[in-house]
Amino acid sequence: MAILRLEGISKRFGSLLANDAISLSLERGEVLALLGENGAGKTTLMNILFGHYLADSGSIEVDGQALAPGATSAAIAAGIGMVHQHFTLAENLSVLDNIMLGTESLFAWRSNRRQARRRLLELAGRFAMQVVPDRMVADLSVGERQRVEILKVLFHDARILILDEPTAVLTPQEVEQLFATLSSMVEDGLSIIFISHKLHEILSISDRVVVLRRGAVVAETATADADRHSLAEMMVGRKVTRPTVQHLPPGDVVLEFDRVGVHARHGGGIALAELNLRVHANEIIGLAGVAGNGQLSLGKLLSGLLTPDSGRLKFCGTALQHFSPRRFIELGIGRIPEDRQVTGVVGDMNVWENAISEKLREVPFWRMRWLIDFKACRAYTRKLLEQFDVRCRSMEIPAKQLSGGNMQKLILARTLENKPKFIFANQPVRGLDEGAIAAVHENLLAAKRAGAGILLVSEDLDELFALADRIAVIYQGRISDSLAVQDLNFRDIGVMMAGDLGHARNLTADAPA
Amino acid sequence: MRLEARENTPLWLILLAPALAVLAALVLASGLIVWTGEPVLKAYGFLFNGAFGSRFALSETLARATPLMLTGLAAAVAFRARFWNIGGEGQLYCGALAATWLGTGLVDLSPALMIPLLFLAGALAGGLALLVPVLLKTRLKVDEVVTTLLLNFVILLFVNYLLEGPLKDPMSLGWPQAAPIIDNGLLPKLLPRTRLHAGFIVALVSATLVWLLMRYTVWGYEIRAVGLNPQAAAFAGIHINWTVLRVALLSGGLAGFAGITEVAGLKGYLTLDLSPGFGYAGIAVAMLANLHPLGVIASAIFLAGIYVGADSMSRGVNIPTYIADIIVATSVLAVLVSLMLTHYRVRLR
Repeated sequence: MAILRLEGISKRFGSLLANDAISLSLERGEVLALLGENGAGKTTLMNILFGHYLADSGSIEVDGQALAPGATSAAIAAGIGMVHQHFTLAENLSVLDNIMLGTESLFAWRSNRRQARRRLLELAGRFAMQVVPDRMVADLSVGERQRVEILKVLFHDARILILDEPTAVLTPQEVEQLFATLSSMVEDGLSIIFISHKLHEILSISDRVVVLRRGAVVAETATADADRHSLAEMMVGRKVTRPTVQHLPPGDVVLEFDRVGVHARHGGGIALAELNLRVHANEIIGLAGVAGNGQLSLGKLLSGLLTPDSGRLKFCGTALQHFSPRRFIELGIGRIPEDRQVTGVVGDMNVWENAISEKLREVPFWRMRWLIDFKACRAYTRKLLEQFDVRCRSMEIPAKQLSGGNMQKLILARTLENKPKFIFANQPVRGLDEGAIAAVHENLLAAKRAGAGILLVSEDLDELFALADRIAVIYQGRISDSLAVQDLNFRDIGVMMAGDLGHARNLTADAPA
Repeated sequence: MRLEARENTPLWLILLAPALAVLAALVLASGLIVWTGEPVLKAYGFLFNGAFGSRFALSETLARATPLMLTGLAAAVAFRARFWNIGGEGQLYCGALAATWLGTGLVDLSPALMIPLLFLAGALAGGLALLVPVLLKTRLKVDEVVTTLLLNFVILLFVNYLLEGPLKDPMSLGWPQAAPIIDNGLLPKLLPRTRLHAGFIVALVSATLVWLLMRYTVWGYEIRAVGLNPQAAAFAGIHINWTVLRVALLSGGLAGFAGITEVAGLKGYLTLDLSPGFGYAGIAVAMLANLHPLGVIASAIFLAGIYVGADSMSRGVNIPTYIADIIVATSVLAVLVSLMLTHYRVRLR
């Protein structure tokens, strides 16, 4: 018998039909994958199930009992637990405090920490999750925080777990660990709804897949009967192929790291030491590495926000003296930031205001040295949006209303229009759907063909192997030699990501000269 | 009951919301009037007539609105850039000090030169008063809320010292007040036999210029960007510290203007009770206007009207003038709630 049944759930936001008569059921001990692109209605549906939103129509049954709509407390009481994409932990409290939060009466005489601790450790032990109850959440890595989120839900006696894009922030190793945990939970009789748009994850963890597109269920299939291509086609509604690299003879060196170092206190807590790397024109260098190994410092450095403490950074043969974002823009260094919403755009400003943000002090956009020329700005933005296929209702809407893909295309357009000789692309497709990923990749490859040298930072090895000419690995603030992709495989990269950067030397020594 | 985010807010709602909020505040405050046993409508009648009901009432309200507009602009500009300048009161007194220093005989020019000189000096003094908090913020990350707030007391006590000592007018019969501004430095009256002076025009022009600056200039763009998302602004090549410094000078300068209008326009000389908290009330004015420079004009006149009208209400019916503070405070809270409602939709289920 189904433990959870959703019948005809519909939800409309203004003109947008986010959920269109969705029905689905979840069996006991099953992992059901909810697959769909960003904006397909997955998160809305789960928010309705969890009582955050009120459905316009439809009903929910748990174990045959109707669930009161719009009441989170009822959902929790019925044994539904949700692990959100963005964590809901209090950073300044310990793990145990976070887990106990909300479980005790406000008027209780004392809090029963000893029993809670025992229960937490028992739960962690049952599902083989390592956790230290007294550590501060602020000191935990992203993967560890997610473990706390899951334990919090289990602590509330959840029998149905909803995981909303749980792998978006995890490294490949952490994903594996998470999947092991989920498998042991299912064996224990729990049921899981796994929301994702990553096909290989769905194929490896789920029993059954429900595909959503534009708010409606378009397909339902047993995972065993599906493969990558069939799922992709169901999700997108048409065939989508990501572009792949064509190797070109590399041109002159555009960016050269010459023993560049940055102190830990200037960067994001990780020092950069003795970086040596060359990026040529017509070349994409992929930089692989587990998050938190100095990518943050490197990102700041190549955005112009950080001055190196030692060594030289050479752009087109001359050492950079002055480090500032404006100087970098003037020189023709293109930058695509890691977090488009926090660093890429000012969400509350217009689309066109964001389109010109790097050109604020260039001639066509201002008159008399300080007045903004609205007409020129709008004309320029219109051209940009058309050229790079950025879709928006109007360029007067706040940039935060753009979808992730369109926001990223806007940032890409702003950067590439400048014809940069070097582009630093930091996780350019994180969190984007298939269509947008293909567009971003196509644009990067076009820039490369036009003569740019690109340093592409990514945690997704598939992406690096598809786009890069050479790959280097960053570990603990050091960068390995870069190697041609033809000479590399996943295993070699994995060895280097785990810390053996010298492995690159062995590979080049083995390779015929 | 639950809140849902709106996709976009219609213009009529943005304009209507503060008006409804003020109405709600008046309704809430009427509870207190009922408590005193006086008829509500009659009391509000006195309030309205005292504020806007006659030539004299209107001139008093607009005269009172003048410094509020300027300190309101000072807060609005600074808050837009997320520079929390709570020191409007101190900067106002710095402006007043500059006017007193230059305007009581040190310089004597024709009014056409003298008055602009006083305003310039006042703005400089107000802006410089913010220099230390700004440098502490940009260099050492010291919270400007604390430094600007505490500087108010430093400046006020310094003015107190000056008025008891070096600046004390020998003709003042022992009162702690400075010598009067010379005739060439006094702002002309706008209406004969009232206290409404040219400072009101200065305030209106300032509000318009600030609005134009925020909307149409590169500076305004940078100020808005820094306030809305400093990280993205820095990434796009905007120099955060310079922008904050400029905003601070502008904000302090506007508050300094208020000191000039009060000394050279309303009172004629500097005393310690020059400002009954105009610097702090400016924050309420700015919040009530949702930090919009043109909205500041309306909200300053509203606040001034409440304060002036409350005096006549307390004379007409027996209600203490403190009701004005309650109405203003309730209005600010109601406007904050109404702002939330312009962004969210309330759903009853």
